[in-house]
Amino acid sequence: MACFLVPTAEAIVTTIASKVVEKKEDSHEVAKDHSEKAETAHAHVPFSRKLGWLNKMLWGGSALLAFEHVWHGEVVPYFPFLTAASDPADAAEMLHEMSTVGVTMALLVTTVWFGIVAVTGMIEKRFANESSAEEDTEV
Amino acid sequence: MTLLTSVFAAVICTAIWYKNAPKNDMMIGTLCWMYWGASLMWFVDAIFEYAELGAGYFTPEPADMLNDLFLGLSVVALGMVIWVVVLLVKDPKGVVRKAIFRNKTA
Repeated sequence: MACFLVPTAEAIVTTIASKVVEKKEDSHEVAKDHSEKAETAHAHVPFSRKLGWLNKMLWGGSALLAFEHVWHGEVVPYFPFLTAASDPADAAEMLHEMSTVGVTMALLVTTVWFGIVAVTGMIEKRFANESSAEEDTEV
Repeated sequence: MTLLTSVFAAVICTAIWYKNAPKNDMMIGTLCWMYWGASLMWFVDAIFEYAELGAGYFTPEPADMLNDLFLGLSVVALGMVIWVVVLLVKDPKGVVRKAIFRNKTA
């Protein structure tokens, strides 16, 4: 009925968070020594970029799901936009669906993202270890 | 059927992205994230529907199946339209900028 609104709300929050993190990273990088930055650039994925992956999943998924709701006539282009909102019984059912299906959707996408971030972290570590091992053999 | 269509789209896009990686001029990665996000959300929808319908979930009426397939294909098309818009706006290859610049100088 309106389950896509929960991931959409999360997408708004994570988009704001990624903008804030990006600004912080930019100011931090300017303060850093350029040679040090070049050294670590290949082994490190900025957190703002990782948040960007979550944003794309949430926004993309929500947009396509919203289209499905338009298809089924659950979202309309006039007030109150959600057909279920005009009837109290339907509204209660809609809120129930949002709190069950919607929340689970947001949780699953976020959990998968955490998994991707964890795997990326492992790859970063392995890359850093390999780089330091290569440097040691060169010396 | 919608879930199946979006999963197929996500897998195909991921394969194309992997084939061209690390080059990302066409921003296929954006399309991948979008389809995977939608697939995960429809997967949750499918679980809840399965909990409600039981085995009946796997034996839909042909008319429902056709409608869902039509919806799935429309969703894939919408995803591609969003991707094209993002690609043209971000313009990683600078093609749009060059075209506009050339038109201005001509």
